[in-house]
Amino acid sequence: MTLTVIFAYLAAVLLIGVWSNRRLAATGEDFFVAGRTIGPFVLLMTLFGTHMTSFALLGASAESYRIGIGVFALMASSSALMVPIVFFFVGTRVWAVGRRLGLLTQVQFVRARWGSDGIGLLLFVVLVLLLLPYLLIGVMGGGVVLGQITDGAAPSWLGSLLVSGVVIGYVTSGGLRGTAWVNTFQTAMFMLLGAVTAVLIVTKLGGVGPALDRVAESRPELLVRGEAVHPLRLLSYTLIPLSVGTFPHIFAHWLSAKRAATFKAPIVLYPVCIAVVWIPSVLLGMFGNIDFPGLDGAASNSVLVRMIALYAPELLAGLLGAGVFAAIMSSLDSQSLSLGTMFTQDVVRHYRWGGDLDEARQVRLGRLFVVGVVATVFLLSLVAERSIFALSVWSFTGFASLLPVVVAALYWRRSTAAGAGAAILTVIALWTWFFVRGIGDADYSVGGTGVMPVAVVFAGSTLAMIVGSLLSSPPTPERVARFIP
Amino acid sequence: MAAGAVRVTAYAALPALYLLHNDLWFWDDPNRFLGLPIGLTYHILFSAVVVLAMWRLVRVAWPGDVLDELAGEASDEGADP
Repeated sequence: MTLTVIFAYLAAVLLIGVWSNRRLAATGEDFFVAGRTIGPFVLLMTLFGTHMTSFALLGASAESYRIGIGVFALMASSSALMVPIVFFFVGTRVWAVGRRLGLLTQVQFVRARWGSDGIGLLLFVVLVLLLLPYLLIGVMGGGVVLGQITDGAAPSWLGSLLVSGVVIGYVTSGGLRGTAWVNTFQTAMFMLLGAVTAVLIVTKLGGVGPALDRVAESRPELLVRGEAVHPLRLLSYTLIPLSVGTFPHIFAHWLSAKRAATFKAPIVLYPVCIAVVWIPSVLLGMFGNIDFPGLDGAASNSVLVRMIALYAPELLAGLLGAGVFAAIMSSLDSQSLSLGTMFTQDVVRHYRWGGDLDEARQVRLGRLFVVGVVATVFLLSLVAERSIFALSVWSFTGFASLLPVVVAALYWRRSTAAGAGAAILTVIALWTWFFVRGIGDADYSVGGTGVMPVAVVFAGSTLAMIVGSLLSSPPTPERVARFIP
Repeated sequence: MAAGAVRVTAYAALPALYLLHNDLWFWDDPNRFLGLPIGLTYHILFSAVVVLAMWRLVRVAWPGDVLDELAGEASDEGADP
């Protein structure tokens, strides 16, 4: 029954994607940014669904299982504040510039701003390398969910294969419009089913108060932040959500907006969406200690699925499993499409491999690259063995630290290609330094101070942007005027 | 209050919220408020306050003119979320 429900859900998602193909105009702009026609509601839902990966459900509940309520302040309310700020100050301007110049990718954006092919190429490589582990999180999440929800009857590779296959199906069929429509459906699914899960399980546990009492008996430290979260960690972790300003998949959705005012709904209502998803995840993660004490490492990533399997009847377990699949695929689709767009636009089209690309060939190539990217990530998922959460934070650290480049492009007239290059190289150097030292340690901080590596990498990137720009010749006023009025 | 001053207050709310996010005062408080650990309730209410701050920001500080100029199109002022 559980598998039947999940298969039915996946079929519904595929149908929406294929149906959206009827609206496809078969031009590059229509396939890659939905012809810039997306309205406020779909933009809100697709931005949120794209931003929230399986990490929001599986990783967050696992972290809450381990450190308690502190995870909400670290990851949820910090995002509730920082993400709308980025949408307001960065997203709207990126949309405006992108609309006027006909941009489709971040690399095009950087090339147009500073006129440097090399900086564009460097950014392309960094973005692809940072995005690949993020994609891997989604595909591996599919395997974890299916394996756990069927109690091991379905191998994890099957879940990963299902997620990959369905995403390829609807992304290649409908492009970004199909992705946005499917994401709207999927986001509604995982928000609704997350709430249903929480109510159902909390009811069976006797209510929130009694469940908290039971947690307090065995793990009282989970109900305060205590020593699990260092104050400097909370302060510096607030930089992590800035990654939303440089994710290629979020950038593509920004460009798809119909007009500037379309952003108002996501800016105002984003914190509401975060609360709807994260409050149940954090509570259920903590409550997991009641029935499944002592889970370590990767095993704790499955605490939510274990609770669903224990408390939910089969039909609902299938629906809830589908909800987790929805969270996974609503990110994986946009990420794979954004990589397909980058390979098509920033490499093949830019370097004129195979001559000029007409509109139909752009779409064909975009589809081929999506298939290639997802297939590659699926194969990697068969051999990769890192915890979902560890991969996420390192990926976010890199993206967040690139934000000074985007902000300088939009707000600092004196910024130059040399400054941008220095900032990107600084991110590469510092990120690698910290990654080598910190990978495998979920509580790693700079010198054990509690400060997250993102604070140092972000500061280094900002400093390099400033120094590199001031030491190089200023850009021409004509070039600047297209980005800063 | 002049429009410029109203806009400044909307912007000023953002760093204030950033500071308020770091609630050292409830760090080790085991009490409950509204049925949840107070450290969790605080951040849920904090998120609600962020909604109000963002609503005010888009109402009084929406950079419509700048965005119109950048996008090269007619004003879209007046559309609410």
